[in-house]
Amino acid sequence: MEVRGLRKDYGASTVVAGVDLDIRQGEIFALLGPNGAGKTTTVEILEGHRRRTGGDVRVLGEDPGRAGGAWRARIGIVLQSASDSAELTVAESLRHFARYYPDPRDPEEVVRLVGLEEKRNARVQTLSGGQRRRLDVALGIIGRPELLFLDEPTTGFDPEVRRKFWTLIELLAAEGTTILLTTHYLDEAEALADRVAVLAGGRVVAEGTPATLGGRANAEATVRWTDARGAHERRTPRPTSLVNELSAGGGELGGLTVTRPSLEDTYLDLIGERR
Amino acid sequence: MTALVSRPGTLSIGLARGAFELRQFFRQKETVVFTFSLPVLLMVLLGSVFGDVYPDTGLEASQLFAAGMIGAGIISTSFVSMGIGVALDRENGTLKRLRGTPMPATSYFIGKIVLVAVSSLAQAAIMLTIASLMFGLTVPTSPEKWLTFAWVFALGVTGCAALGVAASSLARSVNGAAAGTNIVFLALQFASGVLVTPITALPDVMVNVSSFFPVKWMCQGLRSVFLPEEAARYEMAGQWELGLTALVLSAWCVAGLLLCRLVFRWTNNRE
Repeated sequence: MEVRGLRKDYGASTVVAGVDLDIRQGEIFALLGPNGAGKTTTVEILEGHRRRTGGDVRVLGEDPGRAGGAWRARIGIVLQSASDSAELTVAESLRHFARYYPDPRDPEEVVRLVGLEEKRNARVQTLSGGQRRRLDVALGIIGRPELLFLDEPTTGFDPEVRRKFWTLIELLAAEGTTILLTTHYLDEAEALADRVAVLAGGRVVAEGTPATLGGRANAEATVRWTDARGAHERRTPRPTSLVNELSAGGGELGGLTVTRPSLEDTYLDLIGERR
Repeated sequence: MTALVSRPGTLSIGLARGAFELRQFFRQKETVVFTFSLPVLLMVLLGSVFGDVYPDTGLEASQLFAAGMIGAGIISTSFVSMGIGVALDRENGTLKRLRGTPMPATSYFIGKIVLVAVSSLAQAAIMLTIASLMFGLTVPTSPEKWLTFAWVFALGVTGCAALGVAASSLARSVNGAAAGTNIVFLALQFASGVLVTPITALPDVMVNVSSFFPVKWMCQGLRSVFLPEEAARYEMAGQWELGLTALVLSAWCVAGLLLCRLVFRWTNNRE
């Protein structure tokens, strides 16, 4: 996926102001950002749901604004909020959607993958919020997509279901599926994503692996300790030397900690700059 | 490129959509009851009020009314249900989901046509049964009459369904679509001599206007099927005008489908 200078204006207001992204085949890429940062708009343009105002976009080698059915057979989209197919059962709707694709997954296998075996004959409208989201995921992967769009997929999941969901995503990635994920949960991005980009004010303000985002790996560390004179805190780019220096006397330092900014700290710094 | 080779056909997906739509529809008990009972209720109540017998032919006003109401019933299950149904699909995410799949747009419409054809035929059958039991409307036996029924039904349902889709795209919400289609439908029912029989009792100007729209022709066509030959004298022209009926209904089919293509929207997104 290649995005260059993507813009989207609604009348006079610019929601996406020149986004560049490169997502490689087979990777899990997470798009982070506060509400209103342009995440959903960006993703909907990449999915072919919205027209763009400017810029170049290639997804699986095609322009999503013009691509047809053959291209749509290669992508999978997990919707954020849908209440369709209410009167059908889980198994019926999966079997139905499987018919649209040239090489679909087995609907029964997909039911198992998302953990809805017990609900396979339940009407869709009787599902709980979390179960409904799992069905949305199931419908997104039924066509065996090469590229999967997941827009805030685990909102409303309980922690256990969320872990199971992560395992499913890792499984899909292991099969070679490219995954574009938007999320509010930084632990989710850290656990799943090979690379992340932070979107704020319609621009990419940082991009990298979760471990190095925003210069996180090389950022100043905070060293804290206590001694006879009280508690100390010092920020330093070279914490190892500092600790060496402090412990030169051979004494034990009370309450010694060395911390680097968490992904959350980095993220908040990044979006704070843009506010 | 390989994906192109084995993609399922538009028609087969369309028929699968039809089965899907029928299941969705018939499992919603309240919608089913409401859809079918409203025109029936109107026919039974008003038909019972119209007690006159026309002295020159011996026909009863209720028979004229019931025959026209069958047409109105079909329009209600095609135009009104389609207008609301597509608006609902847009609001609840159905269309957005479909837009993200390789399903061709044509298959979606084939599915809707299957739904509308089945529900309209069921509506006509229910109303004809009740009309023949209550008002002595005779079920025709000649093949010509049924042939007329077939083409009036096919052209009417296609045109009205297409107009329903177009109407749904003009509305911003399901409520808007429901109110809009019902108002248009009610006004045309009145002005087309469905609720007031015979149509000759209406002012000429009103009928001249309503003659541009399909409701009048649909109901006139069905009166020609369910009423004896001499009832033609209660039409504006004093005859059934089947040629003109075919012409107007066909024109609305073409116009409806063009309008449909022109204004159909997948989402309520502002662009």
